[in-house]
Amino acid sequence: MDSLNLLLDGFAQALTIQNLFYAVLGVFLGTAVGVLPGIGPAMTLALLLPITYSVGPDSALIMFAGIYYGGMYGGSTTSILLNTPGESSSVVTAIEGNKMAKKGRAAQALATAAIGSFVAGTIGTLLLVLFAPSVAGQVVKLGNPSNFALILLALFAVTAVLGTSRLRGFIALFLGLAIGLVGGQTGQARLTFGNPLLADGIDIVVVAVAIFAIGEALWVAAHLRRRPLDIIPVGQPWMSREDWGRSWKPWLRGTAFGFPFGALPAGGAEIPTFLSYVTERKLSKHPEEFGKGAIEGVAGPEAANNASAAGTLVPLLAIGLPTTATAAIMLLAIQSYGIETGPQLFDTEPDLVWALLASLFIGNTLLLLLNLPLAPLWAKLLQIPRPYLYAGILFFASLGAYSVSFQPFDLAILLVIGLLGLAMRRFGLPVLPLIIGVILGPKLEEQLTTSLQISSGDVSTLWSEPVAVIVYAFIALALTAIVVSGLRKPKPEAPLNEKEEVSA
Amino acid sequence: MTPTRRSHRLTATVVLVVTALLLPLSACGVTRGGEGEANRRLSMYIPNSPGGGYDLTGRAAARVLEDADLSGRFEVTNVIGAGGTVAMQRLLNEKGVDDLVMSMGLGVVGATYTNDSRARVSQATPIARLIEDQEALIVPKDSPFKTVQDLVDAWKADPKSVTIGGGSSPGGPDHLFPMQLAKTVGIDPKQVKYIVYDGGGPLTSALLGKKIDVGTSGPSEFEGQLKDGSLRVLAVSGEERLDTVDAPTLTESGIDMTFVNWRGILAPPGISDESRERLVKMFTEMHQTKGWKDAVKRNGWIDSFATGEEFTTFLLEQDKRVETTLKELGLA
Repeated sequence: MDSLNLLLDGFAQALTIQNLFYAVLGVFLGTAVGVLPGIGPAMTLALLLPITYSVGPDSALIMFAGIYYGGMYGGSTTSILLNTPGESSSVVTAIEGNKMAKKGRAAQALATAAIGSFVAGTIGTLLLVLFAPSVAGQVVKLGNPSNFALILLALFAVTAVLGTSRLRGFIALFLGLAIGLVGGQTGQARLTFGNPLLADGIDIVVVAVAIFAIGEALWVAAHLRRRPLDIIPVGQPWMSREDWGRSWKPWLRGTAFGFPFGALPAGGAEIPTFLSYVTERKLSKHPEEFGKGAIEGVAGPEAANNASAAGTLVPLLAIGLPTTATAAIMLLAIQSYGIETGPQLFDTEPDLVWALLASLFIGNTLLLLLNLPLAPLWAKLLQIPRPYLYAGILFFASLGAYSVSFQPFDLAILLVIGLLGLAMRRFGLPVLPLIIGVILGPKLEEQLTTSLQISSGDVSTLWSEPVAVIVYAFIALALTAIVVSGLRKPKPEAPLNEKEEVSA
Repeated sequence: MTPTRRSHRLTATVVLVVTALLLPLSACGVTRGGEGEANRRLSMYIPNSPGGGYDLTGRAAARVLEDADLSGRFEVTNVIGAGGTVAMQRLLNEKGVDDLVMSMGLGVVGATYTNDSRARVSQATPIARLIEDQEALIVPKDSPFKTVQDLVDAWKADPKSVTIGGGSSPGGPDHLFPMQLAKTVGIDPKQVKYIVYDGGGPLTSALLGKKIDVGTSGPSEFEGQLKDGSLRVLAVSGEERLDTVDAPTLTESGIDMTFVNWRGILAPPGISDESRERLVKMFTEMHQTKGWKDAVKRNGWIDSFATGEEFTTFLLEQDKRVETTLKELGLA
């Protein structure tokens, strides 16, 4: 009850005209940078850091939190409409969301994303209010072996989305893992061909934009004169009863995935969106719609990425531990006011913390009010004649890829990987496994090398933590279930060997 | 109006709004008008991403220079890649360009070696050293190491038994510091078990979770944890104690070594003496402003301003020292 009283005080402080103004400004800016691929919330906050010289800590933090949440909303808009994910956390949204848009259900996809984000953000913030002070100390106990096991689980789950042809799915997955190998993260330059611009690896946003947007634009261009253009139907502007019925459970499940992963030091927003997508695909009553525009595949991942943003704030506020780049810059902002972060923050700066928490609720509501009426408007964008639309997408994609690190070289990479995307469409390779490979491969490798470095090469460290053991047991159980069901109705292409390959 | 026309208008509006919102983000590069030196537009390269150390230092300097009317508008560009090597190479390519500077520091010196680049900081024109940061040896609250001596004893007995983590990749300050420390106390740097973490956040997490024994990093990133006692500092690396950290220096603890992580400003090679003098004068005047003193204080930096011969000698000495350390490790 104490927390709730403090929260009410926080609302009183956050609802001043000035703070409300910064909250509105924050969600607008956040939505804008979320929409633009390449410019993420982290970079925006970094560039806005000088604002801490001129406004008070509560206003600045309220605006920064608005940008963070807004970025999560905005990222989904371009994913759905233009097949161009604005952030790596909304890559999965593009898979089903863009298919829905092409069936004339863009408004529904945008609405379920917006409402799902609202639900997840609100529940996440509530969990943050209730648990932040008590659980935060626990998250640091999870070491690299546990993180390794969790990422392995996500990679294992990918086999469920490999598509109809497992062979093609694995080809795509390994292509992705190969792209993820580029760079010198391990201390040795790998596949950089002596080019320092490749030393940091290829940015995931560049890969995602190339594979999705450029690949698709080239594909459409290649067929423009051969096939009559199918007109995108206008469709209903709002979600139907059925849409609501199919969305609410994924929203809640997505929240359950997103929040804990956000709070984990190596969690982030990508892994829970994958897990949410895979879960919805398994649980859906309409599995045949997946890959063709299933609303569950938008609702779940969108809830997951917003809940993870709330989760990120748990260790940040409770023990001053940033788990994402955006959180690290928020921490920098707090410190530039001379405020000590750490467990004592709730005691020394209660006004600030509770005003920030209250403003998260306000920001979430503002984002819903901003995004829901816009959904049908955005959806009309798709009625632009195809050549202009794709010209716009190409422009947008190039701008985004360039703004990742302001290097013209990234545009060359964008084109090369875009051609790969075209080839994949030509030969029917699914794109999701590739993206997952690019994201998870380097993470998996980092956790493995760090685990083994700390243990001086002793492999048994990998199952030295309880969480890791539980995860491995779960993977083993799932494998057994697959093998057993595979034995019951034997298939021509024994899937058993391929599974082992992934978990090895 | 046809639906298509309306959509065109809608798109145009959307593009306009987005552009308008993003303009302040790229806000820079507008000349104030008027002629003369003080209004000349200048460019600054930042060798890492927004929010990083060189970015904070570089942007703070550019802002103070603009606010105090010591220079024209700055166009600040983040040239990201390979720990600063990409920016360094680009600066060297701009031979003779006299309206360009770059913020850099010890990490960039190391990166040019570990990334196998031909670019060397010694090839650029040194302008000024601005600030320095000390490194600290940080341990969890209940670590068996109470003093630096405890650490050194255990370390010498079995170098592999002590796991050290830092927030920078090989060649960066957090990596160079333990390597030079090891050498000073008589341990082969190749025996040092150093784990790379992706910045201060993951490093804090590893220390709090006791996944590593010692962390090496600037102490300012651990303010909160040091204050509440969940982490302790065994020693700081500079010549003098820090006001903010209750810990002895290495020299006081009986280890004859100092180490600082510094940041400064370079200009392209081949610029005229007058141009160099002009830039040195500009940064010297900036150093005396209240705005800069405030920025130094706010960020917890230590003022270590130096120009001319002093900075040139220092830069060459650092370059040599880093090269030696990394060669011994087989990294250069």
